[in-house]
Amino acid sequence: MVVFEKPKSLTDAQFHYCPGCTHGIIHRLVAEAIDETGVEGRAVGVAPVGCAVMAYNYFACDMVEAAHGRAPAVATGLKRAMPENIVFTYQGDGDLASIGMAETVHSAARNENITVIFVNNAIYGMTGGQMAPTSLPGQVTQTSPYGRDVKTAGYPIKICEILAALDGPEYIARVAVNNVKNVRNAKKVIKKAFENQIEGKGFSLVEVVSSCPTNWGMTPVKALEWVEEKMIPYYPLGVYKDRSAQEVEA
Amino acid sequence: MAKVTFDTDVCKGCGLCVSVCPKQVLGLSKTVINKKGHYPAEMLDEKNCIGCASCAIMCPDCVITVER
Repeated sequence: MVVFEKPKSLTDAQFHYCPGCTHGIIHRLVAEAIDETGVEGRAVGVAPVGCAVMAYNYFACDMVEAAHGRAPAVATGLKRAMPENIVFTYQGDGDLASIGMAETVHSAARNENITVIFVNNAIYGMTGGQMAPTSLPGQVTQTSPYGRDVKTAGYPIKICEILAALDGPEYIARVAVNNVKNVRNAKKVIKKAFENQIEGKGFSLVEVVSSCPTNWGMTPVKALEWVEEKMIPYYPLGVYKDRSAQEVEA
Repeated sequence: MAKVTFDTDVCKGCGLCVSVCPKQVLGLSKTVINKKGHYPAEMLDEKNCIGCASCAIMCPDCVITVER
């Protein structure tokens, strides 16, 4: 009996990501969610700009490439024009939390019926490791060689907390992929984000705390330890908003 | 008995599978270099593998298939 194999919603293309990059794990979790919710054939993905810019090569479903940060706006159009399709975006922190902040906040406020997968690795990966809006205070990057100074560069943006404060969105959650237990949990949460859309509940965003071994200058194993020690305390995991569950309780 | 197969030429030798194996039956090859130029992960002690699929769950490149 096969216990584990590559999901059908991933193509045979080999990932271009660096060794140990957790993008691969998150791609797989999204593909498993597509397989298990049975939406293959009507799933449409929107690829971002960033390391995951070539995500359209990897998902075995229709994919659209959006301008930098505009994936939620493109997804809004796709979903409104073809409401029977299941539309998801896959974005990094430079894409979603920086240049695409307006599109993110407004699509959440409008409660667009889309699923957003937000990969937070606290750095701009593709362009060579510059400071991102999500870089931790004191974090050394190419553009903060003495560590992020909050006096001049400000504080990291916590997307889940910001969006959970809005009345619009249906489901906001933060997960991590730094160990087996967290990956299993991330799979459940991502699947729920897809189910919410299938049930027509509205905007679901899953923030995935991930790693960037190359630009952090660590081995893949050390990078995951850094996620556990530094990132998760700053970006606490959990479900920040689940409107349907809250309405049942009330 | 659990059977773990590796798509060796896809492996990037990141070692995440080795680090999460509860039975420590995996390792990176010391003799083989794959098409990508990495030392790929390999099974060292198949008898003690329990087929928990932790390695496959952590593998970023879908290299590992687990059967039980």
